[in-house]
Amino acid sequence: MFTRLTISELKLLAREPVAAFFSLLFPTVLVVILGSIPAFREPSPDLGGLRVVDVYVGIAVALTLAMLGLQVTPLALATYRERGILRRLATTPARPELLLAAQLAAALATAILSSALAIAVGRLAFDVPLAGNLVGFVLAFVLTALGIFAIGLFVAAVAPSGKAGNSIGTLLFFPLMFFAGLWTPREVMPSVLQKIGDFTPLGAGERALHETMTGHWPALVSVTVLVGYLAVFGFAAARLFRWS
Amino acid sequence: MPVIEVQNLRKRYGDTVAVRDVSFTVERGEIFGILGPNGAGKTTAVECVAGLRVPDGGTIDVLGREPRDRSLRRAVGVQLQESQLPDKMTVQEALQLYASFYPDPADWRALARELGLADQLRTRYAKLSGGRKQRLSIALALIGNPEIAVLDELTTGLDPQARRDTWDLIESVRRSGVTIVLVTHFMEEAERLCDRLAVIDHGEVVALDTPAGLVDAVSAEQRIWFRPSAPLDDALLLAAPEVATVVRHGQQVEVTGTGNLLHAVTSVLATHRIIANDLRIEQPGLDEAFVRLVGKDG
Repeated sequence: MFTRLTISELKLLAREPVAAFFSLLFPTVLVVILGSIPAFREPSPDLGGLRVVDVYVGIAVALTLAMLGLQVTPLALATYRERGILRRLATTPARPELLLAAQLAAALATAILSSALAIAVGRLAFDVPLAGNLVGFVLAFVLTALGIFAIGLFVAAVAPSGKAGNSIGTLLFFPLMFFAGLWTPREVMPSVLQKIGDFTPLGAGERALHETMTGHWPALVSVTVLVGYLAVFGFAAARLFRWS
Repeated sequence: MPVIEVQNLRKRYGDTVAVRDVSFTVERGEIFGILGPNGAGKTTAVECVAGLRVPDGGTIDVLGREPRDRSLRRAVGVQLQESQLPDKMTVQEALQLYASFYPDPADWRALARELGLADQLRTRYAKLSGGRKQRLSIALALIGNPEIAVLDELTTGLDPQARRDTWDLIESVRRSGVTIVLVTHFMEEAERLCDRLAVIDHGEVVALDTPAGLVDAVSAEQRIWFRPSAPLDDALLLAAPEVATVVRHGQQVEVTGTGNLLHAVTSVLATHRIIANDLRIEQPGLDEAFVRLVGKDG
């Protein structure tokens, strides 16, 4: 039942060309574009001797999670409620909660695939080293995913319609991705912005991903912040989610 | 033995009382209609029966269980009003997915054939016509091999042909032994399909009977028109006890009365060797009965 629902959600996502492109391929495209600029393949003292392309692989992973968690998931779930799909499920032996779980599982599977692709292309095309601390990296990935998906669920819980869910998600996406360093890597941000960023879900997520890619363990503050987002927004989403 | 028993059901949303006092029972194997004008509380009542809403008062028993009992989800198939599917899901995917929810589902291919969906298994939901969407929705209500199917506003928005096809379908579902609860505001649909009907207005049951019984109870008056082949004295007709009034409209005679009015009138005419040309009989239908029961058009 759950497997079938998850596969069904994956199929439906694959049939949305724009969403599928942005969540699955765009992070890799970003790495390829930045990696094609010669200057970005030179070690930069501002980045502690790393190259811009090295840093952007981690940012690309955060970007994937942000698009899936903040845009794809709230749109899908709020649309399901708006169209009575959750209510219909409530009349069958499948609980509507199962559809939520399947949607999250499908988003997570897509995120893993998309991240793996960006990392592999970074490694093969531009010699971006694989995560120095693999266990730490997986931990950082999972925590960032949980934190950002909890926020996405919360948006889906309070959004009155699919359109509204998507708009709120997009509104959150830009400032949160700013702190993750999509436009300016976190590492070269003024320290005030870095400090603020540390307490945003994607800022903390990107920092944890970056630190584990360079062989360290994620900072305690990043882990605490991500677990905090998961707890607060996960709880609020569970309390506020309307099925019809 | 009833499969559904509803007693003194009450449900309000804030200050609005949706269901004031509704009681009815549904027997195994019948098509039970819930008829009423828009906003009468029909949908709220069946949503309580389907376990989607918790009543404020009264009791509901479905197959000996409380409606919120999750084990009922296997036994009761529900087709909700305005419940859709994802645009890009195909007919076959929807049938297979919903079949996977049940321990002993119907054969989805056979169901698709029965419902006339076999040629559109690979069509996406968004590309289906209104009638096909409705059929798919009915198929999903039946895919778990339910004992009871609750169908809300089955044919709203369908064209007349699709509506008649859907009615044939419901009759064949009933023949397979499924008890059907049908919510509707179409008289013709109720008259054609339902064994018994509860008429709900302003959250209360105002009548509960067979369609014919409802008509009889409200109005026994019949009306006959004809053009006599020879001059005819009104008094001859009025002499018959069944005849109440005789009115002339030029050549036309209009007779109203009760009981076996047609037999009374034709006997009088036959005795006087008069032929009734252009004979028309008007019997009040469920439409009229409904209007009188709820005091406004449904």
